[in-house]
Amino acid sequence: MWIYEKKLEYPVKIKKPNPKMAKYIITQYGGPDGELAASLRYLSQRFSMVTPQAKAVLNDIGTEELAHLEIVGTMVRQLIENASIDEIKAADLGSYYADHDKAIYPLSASGVPFTAAYIQSKGDPITDLHENMAAEEKARSTYEWLINLADDPDVIDPLRFLREREIVHFQRFGEALRIVQEYLDSQKCFPVVKTPDMMHMPHMPIKAGANNKK
Amino acid sequence: MYSNKPSMHPDRQDILNKLMALDFVAVDLQLYLDTHPYDRNALMNYNSVVCQAQMLRQAYENMYGPLFSFRSASRYPWQWINEPWPWQYQFNFRIPGEEL
Ligand SMILES: [Fe+2]
Repeated sequence: MWIYEKKLEYPVKIKKPNPKMAKYIITQYGGPDGELAASLRYLSQRFSMVTPQAKAVLNDIGTEELAHLEIVGTMVRQLIENASIDEIKAADLGSYYADHDKAIYPLSASGVPFTAAYIQSKGDPITDLHENMAAEEKARSTYEWLINLADDPDVIDPLRFLREREIVHFQRFGEALRIVQEYLDSQKCFPVVKTPDMMHMPHMPIKAGANNKK
Repeated sequence: MYSNKPSMHPDRQDILNKLMALDFVAVDLQLYLDTHPYDRNALMNYNSVVCQAQMLRQAYENMYGPLFSFRSASRYPWQWINEPWPWQYQFNFRIPGEEL
């Protein structure tokens, strides 16, 4: 379960409204490489992960991503809360305003609503950890492009924090991948692919298949 | 802009800032320990940071009300609903000495 703590992981104090920046940054809320996708991806994958270390990494990074989702939502809200209608129209945010006023809704910078198609949960721990390493790099790149688009230090500061975290997460997933790889290698004396037929092959002990399911 | 809403008292910001800094170290060390469970040094640091944060958390809650949903006791009336919430401008602050 989760317990809410009434604070942010990193403070967000944006004085100057900037709906244009809000339109870009919201992509890390509900876009393809955003924090919602990240948290759902890791928290879903953990159910089928192997090794205590990798399970913990998925659980704990997935949890931290929820805190990042909150930071990004906070940034977007502060950027649009006090913007005038004219500023919103000038920022090309009129269509967002029509659907959501100044509320926070998960979509990408180009306006595509969030979809679970952004994530995968494949059941193969090696596949999943590779996906996660790529996801962390994609999120890092996105934060870099957002930093390039920003000029307000109040906006750049939390973006930098979030970018740094993606680098740390990438590192931890890399370590988890190595641990899982070693674990699977130590278990593997037989082909990984498990078919019903294999179970009945006299030379193929049932254990070979069962080992993959830990 | 936000002028009609007062910011939090500087003392509260200060303790919150310290608590956030400690908790951040704890989050980071936790992730590190997940893949390095036998690193004694990191574990010692983690335990020390968690202990310091716990003391600060207690002090913060005594003065400013509950930090945790259904883990913190409350004075009368129910304090949990008190503004500001973390996503509000008034809750937040710029990290001292970190101006860009
Ligand atoms: Fe991340």
